[in-house]
This record gives sequence, structure tokens and C-alpha cells, in this order.
Amino acid sequence: MTETSTTRAPGDHTVGAASPPRRTGSTPARQPPSAEHAPSAQHRAVIPSLRAQTYKSHIKPIWCPGCGHFGVLAALTKTLAYLELPPERIAVVSGIGCSSRLPAYLSVHGFHGLHGRALPLAAGLKAARPELTVIAAGGDGDGFSIGGNHFLHACRRNQDFTYIVMDNEVYGMTKGQASPTTQPDWHRSKLTPHGTGVRRFQPAAIALAAGASFIARGFAGDPAGLTRLLAAAIEHPGFAFVHVLSPCRTFRAEHHAWKQLVHPCERGPAEDIARAAELIQRDDGMALGILFEQQIPVYAPAVTTAAEQGQSDAAASAAALAALEAELCR
Amino acid sequence: MTDANERAAAARTDASLSVAVTGAGGSGAVTAGLILLEAVAAAGLYGLLRRSAGPQIRGGESAALLRFGPEPIHCAGDRCDLLAALDWANHARFADEIPLDAASLVLADPAAGAPPDAVSASAARVREAGFAASAREREGGRANMVAVGAVGALAGLPLEALLDAAGRTLSGKGEAVVAAAHACIDAGFALADPADRLLATVELYVPPPERWHITGNEAAGLGALRAGVRFVAAYPITPASEMLEWLAPRLPRVGGTLLQAEDELASVNMIVGSAFGGVPALTATSGPGLSLMQEGIGLAVASETPIVVVNVMRGGPSTGIPTKAEQSDLNAALYGLHGDAPHLVLAALDIADCAHTVAWAVRLAWRLQTAAIVLSDQSLGQSRAVCDPVSQALTRPARDATELRGPLLNSDAVYRRYAITADGVSPMSVPGEAGRAYTADGLEHDTEGAPSSRAADHAAQLDKRGRKLTVFDFGPDWAEILDHEDGTEADAGPCLCIVTFGAGRGAVVEAAERLRRDHPRVRTIALRLLAPLQRTALMAAMRDARVLVVEQNHGAQLFHYLHAEQALPAGARSLARPGPLPLRPAEIVAAATALLAEDRHDRD
Repeated sequence: MTETSTTRAPGDHTVGAASPPRRTGSTPARQPPSAEHAPSAQHRAVIPSLRAQTYKSHIKPIWCPGCGHFGVLAALTKTLAYLELPPERIAVVSGIGCSSRLPAYLSVHGFHGLHGRALPLAAGLKAARPELTVIAAGGDGDGFSIGGNHFLHACRRNQDFTYIVMDNEVYGMTKGQASPTTQPDWHRSKLTPHGTGVRRFQPAAIALAAGASFIARGFAGDPAGLTRLLAAAIEHPGFAFVHVLSPCRTFRAEHHAWKQLVHPCERGPAEDIARAAELIQRDDGMALGILFEQQIPVYAPAVTTAAEQGQSDAAASAAALAALEAELCR
Repeated sequence: MTDANERAAAARTDASLSVAVTGAGGSGAVTAGLILLEAVAAAGLYGLLRRSAGPQIRGGESAALLRFGPEPIHCAGDRCDLLAALDWANHARFADEIPLDAASLVLADPAAGAPPDAVSASAARVREAGFAASAREREGGRANMVAVGAVGALAGLPLEALLDAAGRTLSGKGEAVVAAAHACIDAGFALADPADRLLATVELYVPPPERWHITGNEAAGLGALRAGVRFVAAYPITPASEMLEWLAPRLPRVGGTLLQAEDELASVNMIVGSAFGGVPALTATSGPGLSLMQEGIGLAVASETPIVVVNVMRGGPSTGIPTKAEQSDLNAALYGLHGDAPHLVLAALDIADCAHTVAWAVRLAWRLQTAAIVLSDQSLGQSRAVCDPVSQALTRPARDATELRGPLLNSDAVYRRYAITADGVSPMSVPGEAGRAYTADGLEHDTEGAPSSRAADHAAQLDKRGRKLTVFDFGPDWAEILDHEDGTEADAGPCLCIVTFGAGRGAVVEAAERLRRDHPRVRTIALRLLAPLQRTALMAAMRDARVLVVEQNHGAQLFHYLHAEQALPAGARSLARPGPLPLRPAEIVAAATALLAEDRHDRD
């Protein structure tokens, strides 16, 4: 498998599900997005190293045996441990659907919100608390159908958070209806007994067209590769979209074949939009890796006198308010 | 004074005066109104400037409707004392909003042709005033500035106040524009026939009293900032946009930020996200946007995340009448959420009160960890008043750490975000607090926040979310209760009680002041807190009075709500009239008088 991250050491193929990727001496120095994200060396020395298990809650997932989402949960907790992100500095926000149950299975701050609305909730949280690591997560129906408009605008807004879509090409929680990424001739749903007859939503191509600055595709059956992608996504300054092929064993048994169909993205990642568009359009939808990555200005509206504001900030804010009040009088 | 002037004086119900300036797009009628309002402030008077415009973005006809006087101005009043028409373009659109009668005076520019039939039919006195001709004689002259001078002279505003006001209002347009305006105002002031003066000229008030010069949308924004709102998500909609536009450049000054959302579904979820992060957040919208936000408001209720949605009401349903006021979103605010979703519904009582009510709503939302919908409307939001400020002492920031965290139950055991407590309020943590992470959820959940469909958990959480609103002591702010008594016959005769909510207050209070002359005991109750309804206090305030419920909508939504809550005595009557025309004191006086006459008839 081709190396997928620009910030990881190459040749880390041997990392299996049981052992998170480790930084080696050859790893380029990582630029932490903010001071809060990476504890100082001194700080690190006094806290026990964070393990994937640290990030898991005691709640047992409702997912079916063999569901791809287990792999995403494992990869995400490994990623968080690898990045040494303190759990209290992380918030995972989701919508509705099987995959959107994710936050409850994590020990970090979570919000299981409305169907299709994970992205705006995450956007508001990130604007209010810019120092947090914010991750939005959900499924293909949640993100591309009911939440499709938010997807477009999150891509173009380029706020600094990560969006993980676990795409299983079906609405699982409502018992197997076609989603935007379902093949038009898939006729196993009672709702569309002759298939939808509608062309598939192209997540990567649409993300690119909408202005996303980081686009990657991972596979739930490859937790090590997915861990690298998620780490790169979280570290990417800006909106990072990770499209995860996550098989549904219950309603899409044919996903069994994905293990054989996925392959590394041979020429990625592209940094040029035109090249990325060609790469994404030519690809069969099963190429894994970072498809596009670009450093562009991050949209960062931010509350500066946030939750833990200092007294001086509070006093300055009060003085500013008094000045503002005076302007209303004449 | 001439006979006509005596007639005009008799037609006025108090010391206030209503003037209107109308004209085609670009004629500057609204600018004229703004300058007159500034002059009103400089003269130490109170004022209310409403504006009426067609749906055109640019170039439509517009009207500035100003009422002012020595006492606070509560509402639009009943009639127009003085109309200055720069032209007669589409005057028919305004005819209903500018009620002329035989006591009214109309200044008509002969260059604009004969007044339309509606004006002639009103029997108002019409005086020719060559606004355009006079403006042409001066370099850079504009007819609207000549009208400012003429209107100011007839309305008793001092010339110095008019000149000062023009200087302030036009300061951004350069010295030449101000100089031309001053020349035209001088000319207009001289143009007016002193015999037509409606009021004696008042003295310039130096220095002018400390008053707010503010719109309801600005006041609502100020209330949000006062209460500690530091994140606002915004999607433009008439007539709420100005509140968001006012906040946009001011939030950064106090360390906050505003984010323009892709739609109202996004904006409501963005503020849920911010509040979850511990930063007080708000959005503003109008009817169609409120409908789109309802699911998100329900999420805030279920997840117990404090949010505030200001709904600046306009004519509905659907796209309705976007530029005109109507109090017809009450049902949507009260009942729009699915499931059993107790939440807060408040209504601002006047322009300045928008600051107080929004600030109170923010504090209540955080104290009670739920959603608050604040009803304002176009007549408050887009009208500008010179009024007494609402003291900042009335407000304090919403986010108090101890309030937020709530009682620390079993502090050494597991953190229970949704713990069952006596007052229904559970300890709320925010991200960053180690060991107090939880997953906020719209799914029903147990005390730790884990999803649960168990009957016991559902019942316990429903009880808790309901209880926290019912056991809380809301204090005296739930309504403004005014007794309009003359003090001589405190115990005589039946007491009439007029109940309204929100912006209905202005016309109701003015009507009560008039009713007092014939009826010794009139009480007005303007509801600021609609949900949870303070039923016991309301019924105590109404006592055994005859009750008239006044509101500006077609369906008598408040009347039906109060009936459903069994808060109204038998025989309560409804005066419900839809927009777009403002509630007039005279129609309330008429309805109240009919109600009391009915009583007398019954007794006889």
C-alpha cells in the first residue's frame, strides 16, 4: 500500500490493528496545530502515555457483527492516542445513523445531534472553542443526502476540523434503503424495488469542487492505513474530509468483496486541483490514500474570550461593551 | 390659532404629533425621517420612527412615519397630523398606514400634480409647498431637505435642532451635502406658513437628556452582548437581518464572533455547538427560518443545551408579508416542537425592552439549560426610537460557572450529566474539563447520557426537563402590569383588564390611558414570559376583572393559548386583528368600551 500521509514516515506498512503507528527517528518534525494539541515534552513526561483504550467508553456498540464501523472506531482511538491528544481537549460530533453512534463509544466530549447536521454543530463548536480538536462523523445518508448542503459549505468554509464519513452505501438504521452512494440498479430495498435509477453521489469529486483542502479515502478493513489517514487529517490545518469505505454486512453483503477491490491511490496526493480532479474522476472509487491536499488559509472565526477567559479579557470585554453602549446614546 | 388649528389640536389625544414624509424611491423620504428624529432628540423629546417601503430592493416608494412628543411614545397612534408628500408615487400603498382626516394637514408639492383621491376624500387641509422648486434654487438642493424644514417648522421643532440633526445624519456625505441640506432646511422652515403651525416651537434642550437612539433589532443585539453572548450564527432574513448586521462588527470588539451559515438549519445547529462548548450563543430569524429551526430547538431541549433564537415576526404564513409586522408566530413558538419539549418563550414589549428581554432570555436559557425563543416583530425590530435606556444594571452575564456546573453530585463517583435533581437542573460540564466528558444526545438517555429507550429513563428525563421550568422562580419580569387609575375611585366600578403580549403593549397602554378618563380602574398586563405561563400570577393579576385579550394576528393565538391553560375568567373577550397595519389605540378603546357597555346592559 502506498504511503498516504505527508506527515508520516514512509514504509510503515507493518503496523497492524493491534499496534498503533509509532513515530520513528526519520519522521519529519510534526507541527502541532496549537499548543493545546501537543503536550510539551515536559508535560508528556509526567503523564502516562495515552493508549487507544483511554479513548473508549464502556458503552457496547449497537453495530452488527462484522460492521465496518468497528474498524473506524479502532482506527480513531489509535489515532487519538498516537497524536497524544488529551481526551478532554477532543470533541466528536455526529448526526444520526449507525455510524453516528460513534461519540457514545468514545470517552471524549461528544454530541450526537440531528440527522444531517453534524457539520454545522461542529462548525459552531470549533468557532466557539478554537483550541479544541473537533471531529465530525457520520454516514453517507447523513452527510451526503440530508446533510448535503452542509457538506458543500463545510468544504468551502475550510474551518480547521475533520469530517469522517463512514460510507456503507445504505441506510442501515432504517433497515436498508438506498443512499446517495448506492448503485442506481441496486434493488434490494422495498422503497426502491427497481433501483433508484439515480446516479451515485461522488463524495471526493464533490468535495474537491466545493473547495475542500484535504480529501482522503480509507477502508475500514485497513485500520492501520486508516489510522495514518486520520492522523494526517486531524493535523491538516483546515477542513479535512476522510471518506471511509465501511462495509455493511447486514444489508450489503456484497461489500465482502471490498477487501479485494480496494487498492492504493497510485499517484496521490495531488496538490494541484486540476490534477486532483483528473485523479478522482479516473479512479474507480476504491483507491485509498490522500487524494488531495492543499494548504490554503483556514477560516477561523473565533471567540477569543472563550470559556476559560482570564480576568483581563473579561475586563477588556466589559470596557468594550461600555464603549459600545455609549454609541447608542446621543 | 386658527379654527383649523384648534380642530387639529382637538383631534390629538395627547401632546404627541404624528408626521409622515412620503416619496418615490430616491426621493429621500426616509433620510428626512431620520433627520427629523434626530431633531426630536435634540429638542429633548421622545420619538418613534417607523418606515414603510415597497418590496423593491432599490427605487421603490417609501414613507417615514414619525410620532414624537414630551412623553415616551408607545405606538403608532391612530392618525396622521401632518403629511409632507414629495410626490404621489404609489401613494395608494401607504394610504392605510397614513390615516388622514379633516384635522390633518397635507403639504403637497404642486410640481407632483394633484393629490390622489384618497387624500381628497379624507377632507384633510392641503397646502401647496414647492419643495422641488425651492430645492432647485439652491446648489445641490434636495426637495426632501426643504420638506424637513417645512415639517420641522409646523411641528414646532427648533431650526437649530433641524440643522444640527442634518449635520449629524449627513456627516458622512461631505461638507457640500451638509451645506446644501442646511440651505434647503432654512428655506423650508421659512416656506411654512406660521399660521399653520400645529405646535408652538419647543426650546432646544441643551444638553439633550441621555436617551437611546435605537431600533429594536439593535436593542436585541445589545441585550445579547450584555448577557454574554459571544457567538452568533446568522442567515439573512427580513426583518431580522439588521440585528445580525448590527452584531457582526460589534461581537469582535467584545471577544466574540459571528458566522454566516448556509441556512437556518445550520445556524441553529451552530449555536447548539457553541453552547455545548460553553460559549453563550444566539441566532435571529423570522417565521420561515423559525420553522426550519424547530428541529434544532428541540435538540437543544432534549440535550439540555442553552440556546436563544430571536424571532422577529412578520406577516405569515409562508413567505407572507416580509416587511410588515404581525404577532402570528406565537403558536409556532409555543407548539412548534415535536415531542414533549418544554422550553422558554418570551416576547419583547417595546423597542428598548428588546435589550432587556433578550438578555433575560439568555440568562434563563443558561440557568435552566434549555432553548429560549424570543419573539420580537418588524414594528419593533425595524423602527427607531428615541427612548429611555434600559439600565445595564438589569442585566448580568449569563454564563456563571457555578450555575453551569450545577450541584456536584457524588463528585467522586461517575459524572452524571443528566442527574435527577430536585430543581431539575443537572451539572453541565464543557469540553476541557477532564473527567466530566459526556455525549450530549437528542436520543433519550439515562442520567449519564447513554442512549436509553427504557420507560423509566424516559419518564425521569421528561419529568426533570419539565420540572426545571415549573419550579423555577421567574420573579416579577414575567409581565409588565400597569394600573391606569386616577386615584379618586380606587374601589369603584368594574375593573377592566387588557392582556396582551410583546409589541401589542404599546397600543394597549395608550388605549388604557384614554379609557382611564371614563373608567376609573383599568389594568394592563403585557406578557413578557409566555412559556412557561405564569398562570397563578396572571390569574391573580386579573382578579375578577373583565378581560380583553389583544393581539395582532388573525387566529387569536394568545386568547386560545390562555384559554387552553385555563387562565382566563369566563366572559373574557378577544380583539385579534392581523397585520400589516399596526394595532391602533382607538380600536382597543372601542372594543373595551363595547365590552364594558355589554356589562352595563347585562346589569340593567
